[in-house]
Amino acid sequence: MDFLRPASWEEALAAKAEHPTAVPIAGGTDVMVEINFDHRRPEYLMDLNRVGELAEWEVGEETVRLGASVPYTRIMDHLRAELPGLALAAHTVASPQIRNRGGVGGNLGTASPAGDAHPALLAAGAEVEVVSVRGTRMIPVDAFYTGVKRNALAPDELIRAVHIRKADGPQQFAKVGTRNAMVIAVCAFGLALHPETRTVRTGIGSAAPTPVRATAAEEFLNAALEEGGFWDSGKVVTPSVAKRFAQLCSAACNPIDDVRGTASYRRHAIGVLARRTLTWTWESYRTAERKGGVA
Amino acid sequence: MAANGAPTKLTQGAPAKGGIGESTLRPDGTLKVTGEFAYSSDMWHEDMLWGQILRSTVAHAEIVSIDTAEALALPGVYAVMTYDDLPTDVRHYGLEIQDTPVLAHGKVRHHGEPVAIVAADHPETARRAAAKIKVEYRELPLVTDEASATAPDAVLVHEHRTDHHIHHVPHPNIVHRQPIVRGDAEAAARRADVIVRGEYTFGMQDQAFLGPESGLAVPEEDGGVHLYIATQWLHSDLRQMAPVLGLPEDKVRMTLSGVGGAFGGREDLSMQIHACLLALRTGKPVKIVYNRFESFFGHVHRHPAKLSYEHGATRDGKLTHVKCRIVLDGGAYASASPAVVGNASSLGVGPYAVDHVDIEAIALYTNNPPCGAMRGFGAVQACFAYEAQMDKVARELGLDPVEFRQRNAMEQGTLMPTGQPVDSPAPVAELLRRVKAMPMPPERQWESSEGADVRQLPGGLSNTTHGEGVVRGVGYAVGIKNVGFSEGFDDYSTARVRLEVAGGEPVATVHTAMAEVGQGGVTVHAQIARTELGVAQVTIHPADTAVGSAGSTSASRQTYVTGGAVKHACELVRERVLEIGRRRFGSYHPAWATAELLLEGGKVVTDGGEVLADLVDVLEGEAVEVEREWRHRPTEPFDPRTGQGNGHVQYSFAAHRAVVEVDTELGLVKVIELACAQDVGKALNPLSVVGQIQGGTTQGLGIAVMEEIVVDPKTAKVRNPSFTDYLIPTILDTPTIPVDVLELADDHAPYGLRGIGEAPTLSSTPAVLAAIRDATGLPLDRTPVRPEHLTGTN
Repeated sequence: MDFLRPASWEEALAAKAEHPTAVPIAGGTDVMVEINFDHRRPEYLMDLNRVGELAEWEVGEETVRLGASVPYTRIMDHLRAELPGLALAAHTVASPQIRNRGGVGGNLGTASPAGDAHPALLAAGAEVEVVSVRGTRMIPVDAFYTGVKRNALAPDELIRAVHIRKADGPQQFAKVGTRNAMVIAVCAFGLALHPETRTVRTGIGSAAPTPVRATAAEEFLNAALEEGGFWDSGKVVTPSVAKRFAQLCSAACNPIDDVRGTASYRRHAIGVLARRTLTWTWESYRTAERKGGVA
Repeated sequence: MAANGAPTKLTQGAPAKGGIGESTLRPDGTLKVTGEFAYSSDMWHEDMLWGQILRSTVAHAEIVSIDTAEALALPGVYAVMTYDDLPTDVRHYGLEIQDTPVLAHGKVRHHGEPVAIVAADHPETARRAAAKIKVEYRELPLVTDEASATAPDAVLVHEHRTDHHIHHVPHPNIVHRQPIVRGDAEAAARRADVIVRGEYTFGMQDQAFLGPESGLAVPEEDGGVHLYIATQWLHSDLRQMAPVLGLPEDKVRMTLSGVGGAFGGREDLSMQIHACLLALRTGKPVKIVYNRFESFFGHVHRHPAKLSYEHGATRDGKLTHVKCRIVLDGGAYASASPAVVGNASSLGVGPYAVDHVDIEAIALYTNNPPCGAMRGFGAVQACFAYEAQMDKVARELGLDPVEFRQRNAMEQGTLMPTGQPVDSPAPVAELLRRVKAMPMPPERQWESSEGADVRQLPGGLSNTTHGEGVVRGVGYAVGIKNVGFSEGFDDYSTARVRLEVAGGEPVATVHTAMAEVGQGGVTVHAQIARTELGVAQVTIHPADTAVGSAGSTSASRQTYVTGGAVKHACELVRERVLEIGRRRFGSYHPAWATAELLLEGGKVVTDGGEVLADLVDVLEGEAVEVEREWRHRPTEPFDPRTGQGNGHVQYSFAAHRAVVEVDTELGLVKVIELACAQDVGKALNPLSVVGQIQGGTTQGLGIAVMEEIVVDPKTAKVRNPSFTDYLIPTILDTPTIPVDVLELADDHAPYGLRGIGEAPTLSSTPAVLAAIRDATGLPLDRTPVRPEHLTGTN
């Protein structure tokens, strides 16, 4: 195994072009496990830790440009206001030590359906900035996951950053595991209210071959909220609406039975989390509306 | 590197001060939490090689061929060994039954069985070489449960058994069977007003010790070998290793290395023989360290069990009888299965007075992972079932579950199902009273001024509830565990104690072969020596085989037995010191002849407190040394047909009250509090006692709500051999554990003490299950409870 240590982003792109099989490593929280367990023996390992800009972020007008290697701890500490869903998800990632090392770029690179960041990115709305010596592409996160542990990256591309829409309303993230901390997701759910566009977006983790949005559930809820004038009135969401939304979220799952849980449980739990996170976010929205503030 | 070639980084220390009854701090505590402690996996030796084991990828198969040529050809590889390369005709080992091949011979019987071993100059080279060994398997039908084990045409896991249990078992796939019959359960059942039956399932728990199996074997000039090893019992390892190596026992030297937890998982051999074989073959030191994945295959687990119970009671709340049948899955090799059967059966009714019992316990041979010793050892599985039954009977009778238990609680003088009288305090009703009397944690304790504190709710930081669906439940349980090795085993320990003057001060040295696995034994030994010999300075000699056996660090026995041996040796040293004193100074003071003399503060004093001489003057350069074996009262085997007999030495009792919050919609559980009351006889080190109780309680919580090795019934392969999917409690899963310690002396034991390490692991699990049943109203007949079981989605 050859170890590549590019000193700059340009060198990294050149190295990836020259060695398309090279596996990039930043925090190493996924890659090192695979290497240690001998699940993977890449020909080349490319250390991105000398590329300082990957660990930086910029807060823009509409979006946060989050460097691929920004550790989860930083997201929790500095971006809670702009990216509340992702900050909540970051909080559930493994242990403090791993949150100090791991970043969203690794979650995207691995593209495991169990990655904690995915439901939050899907719900918030995000684009992945991928770069090669050929140029830059912006891939909507919805189109980024192409299969179990597969993503839309070309062999010569690297993830530079994720552009995540700044929250314009309340966001929530909830994850089921069979332990109260430091646990891989049995399933997870992200939900974001977008009052500016009067839409709701969702993200489901670990309950389908890839992270997915519950599109039918979103469409149902968008219509129900619009028709009922909920965005303006700030009324409590009707229980029957919440229930139907939960059912449609469960229906968006395509889970498997595995050692962590049954498919039947995952479908059930996603429904419960959908209903609860809808209640929490809508309650925050209503409260903010009543105070006359912008949520 | 030490001059004699011994590896560096051996850690053994003695606490600085404190006699018995004091909460002396352990010497390894700070080192462990700061990452400074040297574990067996940290050892290094100049010029050493790395050993690697190739394990079977299937559970049951004939080995058609093994081709090692490619592995041997890899540069850096020094040796590749298979069964055919073993040096002597002794090629099997085992704790009681020598049924385990050092390397697989002709067939493999479980997933992960060692097939070949490799030594190379780099761990990565060793791993690659092992991967290049070609093993051709022809798969055989699987034996995975009682039905497939005892079917008329069942495949035999071991075809040619010659062990002493084969004569009394009903089928060769049953390792051991122990019936226990007392009174007339059939007749008593007719007098019962209520009869309650239940079927229970107990999952496979792993010891999950944090320091994986590891050791370093160093070949010696005399043709022998010195093994530095993390184990629970040096001399038991030695007895099993020497014949396989073809060496007399005095040419196999063993020194205990830093042990990262044990819990029963180091009672059996793991890499000991393999490392020594490779060292002797190559003439070089060989180190083997398992990684976590391999560790899941490298030691036995707790027996999973199926348990059927029938309890009868009269309207006034008295048990009429108990019938039960306990089927333990021993997996592919016997390990400690026979003794686990003995415990499960003899303790199968629990700490209750019942005159009519009909018990049967068996352990199976299957192609599942081998199971053996783990904290609680057979008593844990039984306690889970009989305590569930006690709640059911109480409900049938409309009685409070604690009240019902107290009406049937055993006490001193009660006869066990084996007919053995309980001849020391058995405060079962009192322990229950104490846990029930403890203040309850406040309702809705997760509420704070800033909203719900998710850390206090089911799901914790995963943010699954802010109080929705959460219901509280409370449950009680109590258990009984035997202390020490039972059924006639010669359960002795050896201690060598030396008293001499060094640097102008009297110094005691305590040398035993006791394995310090984290239980705090070295701390207690120094406390005993300080108390008995009245000296401040105590040195604990590293544990090794240069002194006699200390027995196993298991069965809650070390403070009792090796502690007893240290106490006894100290007493003999004291007698000799006083003899010397009388000889030298007797003529100067009449008290030398007439008074009761003690050693205190480095001086010989009378029981009235008068100082007669300084120890430094008494010893005058002379060293007094005593080595003695010490035994507790003998036990006897259980009758093979009736189970009658005085099989146990001492019993240990603990009771728990569990308070849980259950998210009933998601099936997630947060244990809020696990209050424990335990009788310890005498707390030699109160802080360590509380630590043991809290640790045991937490391990019991683990098997209640998360810990389980999942074996695929279709392939008998382990599905979750990693800490990603084998979950153990984190600090956020660990509740508040208030501990109430009773000290009712057992007059038969040193200082009146009672072995304590295991009892809290028993009652913790059923208490948590009872609390979850209380919260959900579900019957819950298996542990661990998974979210599927609580939400009807399995």
